[in-house]
Amino acid sequence: MGGAAGEKPQLIHWEERDGEKIPVRHDGRLPDQLRPVRMEVGVLSNADGSALVEYGGTRVIAAVYGPREAVPRHIALPDRAVLRCRYHMAPFSTAERKTPAPTRREVELSKVIREALESVVITELFPRTTIDIYMEVLQSDGGTRTAAITAASLALADAGVAMRDLVAGVAVGKVDGVVVLDIDEIEDNYAEADMPVAIAPSIGKVVLLQLNGVLTRDEFREGMELARKGIETLYKLQKEALRRKYVEVKG
Amino acid sequence: MTALAKILVEPRSIVLPGDVLAEGDDVEPSSIYIERVGKKLIATITGIVVVEDLGDKKRVSIIPLEGAYIPRPGDIVIGLVKDIGITHWEVDIASPYKGVLTVQEVLDRPFNPATDSLKKYLDVGDYIVAKVVAFDRARDPLLTIKGEGLGRISEGAIVEIKPSRVPRVIGRKGSMVNMLMKETGCSILVGQNGRILVKCPNKDLEEVVILSIKKIEAEAHTSGLTERVRAFIREERSRRGV
Repeated sequence: MGGAAGEKPQLIHWEERDGEKIPVRHDGRLPDQLRPVRMEVGVLSNADGSALVEYGGTRVIAAVYGPREAVPRHIALPDRAVLRCRYHMAPFSTAERKTPAPTRREVELSKVIREALESVVITELFPRTTIDIYMEVLQSDGGTRTAAITAASLALADAGVAMRDLVAGVAVGKVDGVVVLDIDEIEDNYAEADMPVAIAPSIGKVVLLQLNGVLTRDEFREGMELARKGIETLYKLQKEALRRKYVEVKG
Repeated sequence: MTALAKILVEPRSIVLPGDVLAEGDDVEPSSIYIERVGKKLIATITGIVVVEDLGDKKRVSIIPLEGAYIPRPGDIVIGLVKDIGITHWEVDIASPYKGVLTVQEVLDRPFNPATDSLKKYLDVGDYIVAKVVAFDRARDPLLTIKGEGLGRISEGAIVEIKPSRVPRVIGRKGSMVNMLMKETGCSILVGQNGRILVKCPNKDLEEVVILSIKKIEAEAHTSGLTERVRAFIREERSRRGV
């Protein structure tokens, strides 16, 4: 992630509310608040499954193809499907043009997202096939990998790929000494720590956990608790988004 | 002493991956899309849940609303010949697995590749009605065109829909497809892989049938569909004057 540039702005303001001092973030959110979330399923007609997810200014589209015949054939596994993931940031997704070639960061994120999804997708049902997942970051404002996981899991469900549970992700961080949920780009740039978390809530599994920076044990626990609550909310929104697809046709 | 089965979802409602369907020992899952985790039954796919009461226990299954076609022996499928090998054809059956049609399943006599060419019998681009003979996921599905109603398709139109919508196009005991045929006078063959062969007396009726099938595909998860499609066909027929 980009390092701090220039002078560090004040990102947390302490306000007095009901006789208590409460930390308020630069965009007016409280530490345990998510940004406005939007989810839409079935946004692409050529893909078997697709989804668009927005966390505030972060906007990610995911497309799933498959299970389909493995090409090239030698990558196929005899007992299960191969999951292929591509996390990519569009050249226009950032303030300064990002080169379209996959960077080391994108290669790494593709791998951790693939591993996160492999723990829920039941690949044994479709041996010798591949399931391709493409995640394209259209606009980046922090937390793109977690938004990408949320979108990918929606797209997989939309494609009818068998999964033990949906996965939702959110990043927590430590900004000006306060542990906060769903950090955005500015907060991330000046944060003391940044911790993306993805959880499959129904089966109670943490499928992705990374930590950049330093947290004490107590802060880590606090962060995980915040992430768990945030993901609980996102998970409900995911299910609503999937159901909405079928209700709309009815009306 | 076993706990009484608890069904935690409305029968015939839409379930999503991760939804807990039921809890207890006397509930049995009858779908590959249901996983048992401890005492809980969890849905792994988007679909409509069906609950059956078997007296002493309950059975839960899911009709998928999305998903690829996985061949099963005995299925009638409509395939497109993609490639010709020395003694077999490779057939696209709208599935992650490609169908293999060997020459023994086409000809009744011995075949000599040195003097005879497979191209004479089936060429690339031909549509065929075939039956899945064997499939065990370890090898590609084997097809046959020996049997009544099987073989090369020489006339009609092919409509392609999502394989997961096929049960709805057929309907309970064939009610939907029979209604379509009765209302339009066309003959309709529904392949399990989501390809449908429509043969009609004229082009207008064919269009009506295709539109009806597309309507069924789009509204597969709703109830009272047969009657709505019947009304749709009558309206379209009177509008077109056929």
